Amino acid sequence: MSATAHSVVEASPRTKAFAGTIVILYAVISIAPLLWIGATAFKSPSDSIAYPPKVFFKPTLEGYVNLFTVRSRQTPEFFANLPPAQTWWEKLVRSHDMVIAGPSKVVPRFMNSLIIGFGSTFLAVFLGTLTAYAFSRFRVPLADDLLFFILSTRMMPPIAVAIPIYLMYRELNLTDTHIGMILLYTAVNVSLAVWLLKGFIDEIPREYEEAALVDGYTRLQAFRKVVLPQAVTGIAATAIFCLIFSWNEYAFALLLTSGNAQTMPPFIPFIIGEGGQDWPAVAAATTLFLVPIVFFTIVLRKHLLRGITFGAVRK
Amino acid sequence: MDLVKRSPGRLAPGEILRSRKIAMTTYDHPETLVDRGAAQTPQRIAKRVRGISDRGIAWLFILPSIALLLAINIFPLIWAIRLSFTNFKSNLPYVPLKFVGLANYVDILTDEDIWHGMQVTARFVIWSIALQVVIGFGLALLINRQFRTHSFWTTVILLPMMLSPAVVGNFWTFLFQPQIGLFNYVISFFTGIPPSSFEMIGDVRLAPWAIVLVDTWMWAPYVMLICLAGLRSIPDYIYEAAEVDRASAWRQFWSITLPMVLPFLMLAVLFRAIENFKMFDMVNLLTSGGPGSTTELASITLKREAFEKWRSGYSSAFAIILFVTVFGAANIYVKALNKVKQR
Repeated sequence: MSATAHSVVEASPRTKAFAGTIVILYAVISIAPLLWIGATAFKSPSDSIAYPPKVFFKPTLEGYVNLFTVRSRQTPEFFANLPPAQTWWEKLVRSHDMVIAGPSKVVPRFMNSLIIGFGSTFLAVFLGTLTAYAFSRFRVPLADDLLFFILSTRMMPPIAVAIPIYLMYRELNLTDTHIGMILLYTAVNVSLAVWLLKGFIDEIPREYEEAALVDGYTRLQAFRKVVLPQAVTGIAATAIFCLIFSWNEYAFALLLTSGNAQTMPPFIPFIIGEGGQDWPAVAAATTLFLVPIVFFTIVLRKHLLRGITFGAVRK
Repeated sequence: MDLVKRSPGRLAPGEILRSRKIAMTTYDHPETLVDRGAAQTPQRIAKRVRGISDRGIAWLFILPSIALLLAINIFPLIWAIRLSFTNFKSNLPYVPLKFVGLANYVDILTDEDIWHGMQVTARFVIWSIALQVVIGFGLALLINRQFRTHSFWTTVILLPMMLSPAVVGNFWTFLFQPQIGLFNYVISFFTGIPPSSFEMIGDVRLAPWAIVLVDTWMWAPYVMLICLAGLRSIPDYIYEAAEVDRASAWRQFWSITLPMVLPFLMLAVLFRAIENFKMFDMVNLLTSGGPGSTTELASITLKREAFEKWRSGYSSAFAIILFVTVFGAANIYVKALNKVKQR
C-alpha cells in the first residue's frame, strides 16, 4: 500500500470545500441580523428607517446619546439664552433643536441586571457546589429521586410559577425588590448548577480525597483543599451559565418588577423616542446588552455542550 | 497546620492502618469502605477526628438547595393547586374566597379558545423542531467534515442561541418591518416581490411562520451542537469496517451514522420540545400573540388570564394543566430515549 493511501474517514478535499462553503454561507446569513443591529446603533434615526436599507452610512453616536439621555425640544429663543454647549454630546443633541433634560433610566436598569445577575449566580453556585459534592461523594438516600426533583423544577413554564410567586411576594413585600429577584433566579439556577457541577465533580478522581482523608484531613478540609481547587474550571463554567440565564431572563422580570428592580430585557422594548421606537437607541441598548454574552460564549466554547444539556452530554 | 496537630498518637489504635488498608484494597468502591471504616470507629473518637459525620455533611450540603427549591418552587406550586379550585382574582384580594371544585378545569378543557391556543402551540413546536432538526443535523454533518477554520465558524453559528430570547424577539420586529426591514428587503431582492407587499408579523398567514423562523434561527445551532457531539462519538473503525465491506455512503449513513446519532438527536428534541412548549419571551415581544390569536401560544394565553384579566384561580388551573402536560410528555419521552440508548 502506498504511503498516500486515502483514509476512509478523512473527507476528500472536494467534500471539505463543499461542506466549508455551505457552513460559512449559513454562518454569514445567521450572523447578519446581529451585525445589522450593531450597525443600526451607529445610524441616525432617519438612516435607520431609510428605504432601501442603508449598508453604507455616515456613522453617528446619536443612538448611544439618545439611549443615555432624556431630551426635550426647545424654541430658538430658548437656545439664544443658553450658554454654549460644553460637551460633544450636548452639541449633538442641540443640533436637533433639543436639550438634555437628564439621564435616562438605562444605567440603573443595567446596574439591576448586574446586581441581580451576580447575586443570584453567586448564591446558586455556592449552594450548587455543596449539593453537587454531596450527591457525587456520599450515598444519599433517594439520590436519583432528589436529583430528578431538582431538575423537574426547571420544567414548569415560568408564567405558571409566576402566578403564585406574584401573590407570595406581594404578601412578603418582595415584589420589585432586588432580593426577591435574586432569590427567584437562584432557585431557577440552582438546578442547573447542581446538575452541571455534579458532572464536573464526578470527574475528579476520588483517590485524591481518600489520600487526604487518610492523612488526617476531615471531610470538610478535604472538600475545601482538595476538591474545590480541582473543580475551579467547572465552577467557573457553571457560574457563567447561571449568569447568562439571569442576564437573559425576561418573563419573571416582566411580571414581578416594574421599576426599582427592573432588569434590561423588559426595559429595552420600551426605549422610545419622538413618535415611536427610537431604533438606533434600541439597537445601541441591544448591542451593549449582547456584547458580554458574545464574549462569554467565546470563553465558554468548550463547555457549551455540557451547559445546554444540563451535563447530560459531555464531549 | 491541622495535619501536624492531629498527630497519629491521638487516633484510636490501628485507625491509620485500618484506613490505609481500606484505601488500598478497595480501589473500586472507596466511598463505601471509608464509610464503613468511619462507622467502625467509636462515635466519640470519630467526631473528634473527622469533625461531623459524612451523613451529617451530606444533609448539611443538600438541605439548603432543597429548602430553597421547596420555598420558591414547590410551596408556590401547592398554593397554585389550591387556588386552581377557587374563583380567586388577585386584583380583588378581599373578595371572600369561594371553592368552586373542578369548575375551572372543566371550563378550560371545554373552552374552544384554549384548544385553539393548544393547536397553535403544537404547530409551533412541531414545525420549529422539524426545521431545527433538519438544519442542525445537516450543519453538524457538514462541520464534521473538518474543513479548515471549521471551529471558528462553529462558534459564529452558536452565537444566536446564547442571546436573550426577549431581546431577540424585539430586534426581529425591526428586521421584519415591511418597508424598511432588512428581512423584507433581502426577500424582495432575491424574489422580486415588493418589500412592502407582505408583513411577516402583521399577516395572519405569515405570523405563525415568523415565530417559527426566528426560533429556528436561534435554536438550530443547539441541535447542531448536540448532533456534532453524537457524530464525534462514533469511532472511526466502524466506518473503516463498513468501507472494507464495501458499504455505500448512503448505506453507511442509514446503518451507522443515523442510529448512533439518534439518542443525541432525541435528547436535543426533548430539550427543545420542553422549552418551546413553555415559549413565552421571544413570541411575546415579536407578535405578542397577534395578529388576532394566530400566534397566541399557551404561555401567552396564561399571561393574559393571570396578569391582564387577573383570574388567578382559572389561570392556576391552566398552569397546572400545562405543567402536567410537559411533565407527562417528558417522562414518556425519556423512557423512549432510554430504549434507544440501550439498543
